[in-house]
Amino acid sequence: MQFGIFTVGDVTTDPTTGTTPTEHERIKATIEIAKKAEEVGLDVFATGQHHNPPFIPSAPTTTLAYIAAQTKRIILSTSTTLITTTDPVRIAEDYATLQHLSDGRNDLMMGRGNTGPVYPWFGKDIREGIELAVENYHLLRRLWTEDVVDWEGKFRTPLQGFTSTPRPLDGVAPFVWHGSIRSPEIAEQAAYYGDGFFSNHIFWPASHTERMIAFYRQRFEHYGHGSADQAIVGLGGQVFMRKNSQDAVNEFRPYFDSAPVYGHGPSLEDFTRETPLTVGSPQQIIERTLGFRDYVGDYQRQLWLMDHAGLPLKTVLEQLDILGEEVVPVLRKEFAALKPDHVPDAPTHASLVAAAGGGRDTTVHATGDDVTGRSPEADLQEEVTA
Amino acid sequence: MTTRRIAVVSAGLSQPSSTRLLADRLAQAVRDDLMTRGVEAEVTVHELREHAHDITNAMLTGFAPTGLQAVIDDVVSADGLVVVTPIFTASYSGLFKSFFDVLEKDALAGKPVLIAATAGTARHSLALEHALRPMFAYLRAVVVPTAVFAASEDWGGVDGISGALQARVHRGGAELAELVAARASSAPADPFALTTSFEDMLAGR
Repeated sequence: MQFGIFTVGDVTTDPTTGTTPTEHERIKATIEIAKKAEEVGLDVFATGQHHNPPFIPSAPTTTLAYIAAQTKRIILSTSTTLITTTDPVRIAEDYATLQHLSDGRNDLMMGRGNTGPVYPWFGKDIREGIELAVENYHLLRRLWTEDVVDWEGKFRTPLQGFTSTPRPLDGVAPFVWHGSIRSPEIAEQAAYYGDGFFSNHIFWPASHTERMIAFYRQRFEHYGHGSADQAIVGLGGQVFMRKNSQDAVNEFRPYFDSAPVYGHGPSLEDFTRETPLTVGSPQQIIERTLGFRDYVGDYQRQLWLMDHAGLPLKTVLEQLDILGEEVVPVLRKEFAALKPDHVPDAPTHASLVAAAGGGRDTTVHATGDDVTGRSPEADLQEEVTA
Repeated sequence: MTTRRIAVVSAGLSQPSSTRLLADRLAQAVRDDLMTRGVEAEVTVHELREHAHDITNAMLTGFAPTGLQAVIDDVVSADGLVVVTPIFTASYSGLFKSFFDVLEKDALAGKPVLIAATAGTARHSLALEHALRPMFAYLRAVVVPTAVFAASEDWGGVDGISGALQARVHRGGAELAELVAARASSAPADPFALTTSFEDMLAGR
């Protein structure tokens, strides 16, 4: 099982000090957090994608490539990549490039985004969110699996004889997760392709997650990718830990009370009861997290939201220490002991390459033009020798 | 004997409230009329005051806490609704509107609804026609022709309720009962259910 963190990338005022980080500080902090995640033994770091204040991750692959250059082991992912408003051609190129730079240490999670104005800024309409996710993703897959694509759809300029470069590393596209809170269409999409399904899980009752995962598993089996309990499931989580649980509650409460998503609404106690948010001792986090398995079954990836609501970098790094030292080692052992052998781990680049019968270079070299049959390389060679 | 479920939503704030009083009268009228049609009514009454905090929380967080969710489930799965609000500042109360704001947008489509309101003066009576009726029309609910309004003076009359109000209560109740009895018992739409095939989605159908 993979454990990791995901970030929204919000620039939020620390309610206890009134200080707000600059974009520069927040971007640099994101790098520190990702490096720390690797240092404490986590498996995954994922960043969101947003195109409006107060968020900084508008160029996720730039950030992830920078992190890849400074890490050795951690898988770099997204939470989420906006499949609705981002040109699938750009996604194909950006994430294949990241794959080459990170030596296959990346996957990605598709999401639709939920802010109305963002869609028209990119020439789209939020009311067509599902249709965009379906059409764009289908094109993205073709761009990764077919060297030359002829394509025509509803939302994008047609493509004739288009080759997305670079080709995926070792001829294997990055693994894809699909994230959704309550749209069965997206669970269906993930099941159809045999992709992973990730339930954000953190801001809503567990009953939503339970319904969606059960549906995804059933459809995964329906489409012949394996039995329902072999479907690839990821969950979000949200925790705040201190040695003594009351210290955790006292320290986290001001952040909770004014947090962008749920602030000024339910009490910390209500929200902890109604959603998977857990604030307390490492042991409480362990117990609650193990309990997720009771309603989603054996799953492959657990990501936590750590750096949000204005929590200072220092606190986030302390939280990662606790997570890495006291929580994840126990969870890793406990979950592994519970998981039956026929339930797979989350696919990685290495496992996908192995499943494909080994890696192969799929570089598409420029072909000769239609008139002369000559290639640009031959022309160049002639010029050089002339 | 067949059975139909009627949910009553009352947005009265005081205890006791004339809004609840009217809601109970209407529920009884619906129940009595259904009985004459050989239909037994199961009536549940929901006081929104008890869920005021949860309704606000649902607006802020995007999900209904457990207690409120039970009310929502009951309302959207009922065969008919009786909804009663006090008139505040020339319209339905904010609490009343907020409850319907946190429902799924198609949750009341096709649902038979009897609308009613209370106020201190009869000069507010058209709020039912210019505020509640269009709101439920937007939700594509089926609102019965009679909307029942009760001002303070309507509670005077013989046996605590004026003859005119009682007549409106009976008429509105009968109209709702007729609609409810004529329809098959409704199953609520499942928001998690997929209504199309993936092949159709891919083909843009």
